[in-house]
Amino acid sequence: MKTNTPSKLEKILKAGHMAVTSECGPPRGSDPEAITKKAEMIKNHVDAINITDNQTSVTRLCSLAACIRLKLMGLEPVLQMVVRDRNRIALQSDILGAASFDIYNILCLSGDHQQFGDNPQGQNVFDIDSMQLIQMVRLMRDEGKFLGGDDIERPPRMFVGAAANPFADPFEIRVPRLAKKIAAGAEFIQTQCIYNLDKFELWLKQARDRGLHERVFILAGVTPFKSAGMAKYMKNRVPGMDVPDEVVKRMSGVPKEKQAEEGIKICVESIQRLKEVEGVSGFHIMAIEWEEKVPEIVERAGLYPRPSVED
Amino acid sequence: MIVAKKKPVEEIIEEVKNYEKILVVGCNECVTVCEAGGKKEVAVLASALRMYFMNQGKDIRLDEVTLERQCDHEYLEEIRNIIDQYDAVISLACGVGVQFMAEKYFSTPILPGVDTCFMGAAEERGVWSERCQGCGHCILARTGGICPVSRCAKRLFNGPCGGSTKGHCEIDKDLVCGWQLIIDRLKELGRLEDYEIIAPIKDWSTERAGGPRKVVREDVRQ
Repeated sequence: MKTNTPSKLEKILKAGHMAVTSECGPPRGSDPEAITKKAEMIKNHVDAINITDNQTSVTRLCSLAACIRLKLMGLEPVLQMVVRDRNRIALQSDILGAASFDIYNILCLSGDHQQFGDNPQGQNVFDIDSMQLIQMVRLMRDEGKFLGGDDIERPPRMFVGAAANPFADPFEIRVPRLAKKIAAGAEFIQTQCIYNLDKFELWLKQARDRGLHERVFILAGVTPFKSAGMAKYMKNRVPGMDVPDEVVKRMSGVPKEKQAEEGIKICVESIQRLKEVEGVSGFHIMAIEWEEKVPEIVERAGLYPRPSVED
Repeated sequence: MIVAKKKPVEEIIEEVKNYEKILVVGCNECVTVCEAGGKKEVAVLASALRMYFMNQGKDIRLDEVTLERQCDHEYLEEIRNIIDQYDAVISLACGVGVQFMAEKYFSTPILPGVDTCFMGAAEERGVWSERCQGCGHCILARTGGICPVSRCAKRLFNGPCGGSTKGHCEIDKDLVCGWQLIIDRLKELGRLEDYEIIAPIKDWSTERAGGPRKVVREDVRQ
């Protein structure tokens, strides 16, 4: 098995295992325990843990520092990096900083517009876009070069990921867009939360028709609903999210005190169905401020125990 | 054109309330077309100011003039022999005109009467929208004639992002997704396969990032 990096996630995927990743959102403060506690809850049930980068443009403890915390715990972080807040100098610099702590996974993102966050009056950067960030990390890793052309001493060794949203518009370019990210150098994909399984499967079929599933590892994104209210919110208020009416109805159809369990059930059923779909290489479980439920979801979905791979 | 909008009168009053001889100068170009700083707006602002000073019981002099352009020496020179009669000028030109006048008439306060917004087009009467940010290197040939710099909220060169919903941008339901427009146009032109060409990293040195810019044309210089 040939791997490009020392990433555990890469090894697991290349060994043919279903991978499981999850994510932790850093705190709105500097307490390191906010991260380590979340990580403790899930560490035995996932292969790698994404740390979000000021998600929804709300200022938080930085992704890099939180990834270092995970690394110090002996865990496998995925550094999420958005191009909203940093120009190419800062991006390259932070990539090197992460590499100096042997962080082996990166997820390249554009980032939500700052209008959604706590500083809507701030400037945005978007010096490069997420596609170009993928290319840049690959340049740094594979050629050992800075964007400016100079050599990097001890280049980063990062398994390069990107996001895909099969549900955003226009649908017809969603597969071409995936192809573009693969061409840019993406090695794994973590998708937007999937509630419309039919549409996801259609997207994946179109990707398979182009052989894209053989060129990239696709981790299907899932998020359990805590309540019917959350399902409605995700349906109506979160851009690029596709929550079918029947899912909302199913959540609303059970008494309030049982809705959380129903949300977990939907999540587990989704994983079980998607596990069988050709082209799905694993799952990215985003239990938003509900990390304690990740072990249960992983176990009930039949994804436990996690495989071990040699370092 | 350069699109501007009128400043609130209260804001202008705050800046001019201590002056007694004021000249309001309009511009006959872009700001006339976008109805923010032409002859008509000069007259409206001047009467509002006269009313204010009258209510304050202040006897002031307030004159009006509208120049062909405020971004050319030639037209700005037309007020050279009268400018010393005023202790402040309100320019209703765009930020270019205000500054060019201030450079020329160094000892007179030149105050802005409009907020300069963007380079845009008149979609319909009373509606103007942005089309260009003057990045200094046009890529419209590659993007179906729709500019991702000025029309995508994240100025993505390889969009659209995951927030594009039913043709609209994630930041505002009333804002069209620039990348939806690009894709629609590429399709119309039979060039949708161009979508998969990865746009290279932009050289922003020709944009604001490279510092204040200048175009020098030796062939037309005198």
